[in-house]
Amino acid sequence: MVTATRPDPVETPDTAFFWAGAARGELVGLACADCGDLSHPPRPMCPRCHSTRRVERRLSGRGRVLTWIFPRHPAPIGFGEAPIVALIDLDEGIRLVSNLVDVEAGALLAGMPVEVTFAPTAGGKAVPVFRPVR
Amino acid sequence: MAGRETAIAGIGQTEFSKRSGRSELQLAAEAVKAACDDAGIAPEEIDGLITFTLDPSDEIGLIRCLGIRDLAFTTRIPGGGAASVATIAQASAAVASGAAELVVCWRAMNERSQYRFGQPQAGGMFAPGSGTSSLLWCMPFGAQTPGSWAALRSRPYMDAFGVTNRDLGRLSVVQRAYAAKNPAAWFFEKPITLEDHQASRWVVEPVLRLLDCCQESDGGVALLVTTVERAKRLRQPPARIVAATQSIPFDVEVISNYYHGDLTVMPEAEGTAARLWRQSGLGPQHIQAAMLYDAFTPQVLMQLEAFGFAKRGEAKDFIAAGELELGGRLPVNTHGGLLGEAYIHGMNSIAEGVRQVRGASTNQAKGVEHVLVSCAMAGAILGRV
Repeated sequence: MVTATRPDPVETPDTAFFWAGAARGELVGLACADCGDLSHPPRPMCPRCHSTRRVERRLSGRGRVLTWIFPRHPAPIGFGEAPIVALIDLDEGIRLVSNLVDVEAGALLAGMPVEVTFAPTAGGKAVPVFRPVR
Repeated sequence: MAGRETAIAGIGQTEFSKRSGRSELQLAAEAVKAACDDAGIAPEEIDGLITFTLDPSDEIGLIRCLGIRDLAFTTRIPGGGAASVATIAQASAAVASGAAELVVCWRAMNERSQYRFGQPQAGGMFAPGSGTSSLLWCMPFGAQTPGSWAALRSRPYMDAFGVTNRDLGRLSVVQRAYAAKNPAAWFFEKPITLEDHQASRWVVEPVLRLLDCCQESDGGVALLVTTVERAKRLRQPPARIVAATQSIPFDVEVISNYYHGDLTVMPEAEGTAARLWRQSGLGPQHIQAAMLYDAFTPQVLMQLEAFGFAKRGEAKDFIAAGELELGGRLPVNTHGGLLGEAYIHGMNSIAEGVRQVRGASTNQAKGVEHVLVSCAMAGAILGRV
């Protein structure tokens, strides 16, 4: 069994739900219980109607690649080989920083459809990452 | 702007190095003293102090070094380097309103010998007020440095307009040519060629090579703001603050700036530009030189477009045509910038803007009436009195 080395996410009162979801294998966002607005990064007040009634919303986990990079130097801490760092535009209209996995660098395309999967972290948590839709 | 007219009356700096050999407070005190000497005022008279939330020195420490008698105004500004030109905007507002008479803006750090912003998880980068959510949303994905955040934010712009790393290299060459003629620059007498740039290692592929990145530096810079009336009686020609503002649009953040929708534009620089033009009645055609925040080369291209010096997507052509060089349409970062002179978090670029207004730059532009200094989230137009 390979030991995970990826850094654990930093959890705050307003973001712990996101990582708890990832640990369950679910991608969740935070939506407004009153107007339905979904925003990321998550926040304790709806920027549209100012309600503080927030609800977790299970997301489809599907989206498209906006762009990607390869951090070369200094080498990222906790990664064996350089990760592919990407911006993912989710179908629900929010954008995440994540990684692309199970894909060759040469096969990457902007706009490529991707789906969520989960990668373990050093401390036994998980983060959502994305792979091409098969 | 309402109230009294304001000016930068003094600039001061330490040497720029990779190992200062003294404390950050000492660097700050030396830079402030140098700014006071430049203007010809006694440090005891300072009644306002402004710095970055990230600056490690304490106001009380500076007061004790400089013998400041009675401070009337202090504030600290968030947003990392976005605070740089914002210090001038807030100093100007404080003086214009009468809240203070002589405000010093400072930034001093051993940002190479004591800690390194360019390395993963550098100390202080994530303190409240840093303006970036990268600690929460980038670190576990291996985007752990300002370079990686900036590259991810810049690539959609580059791809949309066919901007290549080689195009970015042309900017780096121009700035290093300026630095090569600036004795204060770390890269004095060390120009580079485009081939040097292209041979430098990838920091973040395919966006940033080593020579697209600012330095990590030890050093301090201070700027003294007072009224135009007072400045006229001091030692140096005043650099009038014709206009100054901040702009932090909705869902924009510092460097890890992914959440505002269209990443082919820079909304914070567009907001700054709109307010500066509105405040001053000027436009890009009235600016003869510009100091544009260059932590990483793509930021300069996007600012050139946001301020209207180049059309959208055409900054690369503007640079390739030589327009940023002396004799070109808009000399930019004539001290060498944060790439070539030093990375004092943008404050050294404001000092160079003042030198251009005074006619005192080692790379002096011709016919300077107005200089733009911008860190995208803040900007100022400096002019002759």
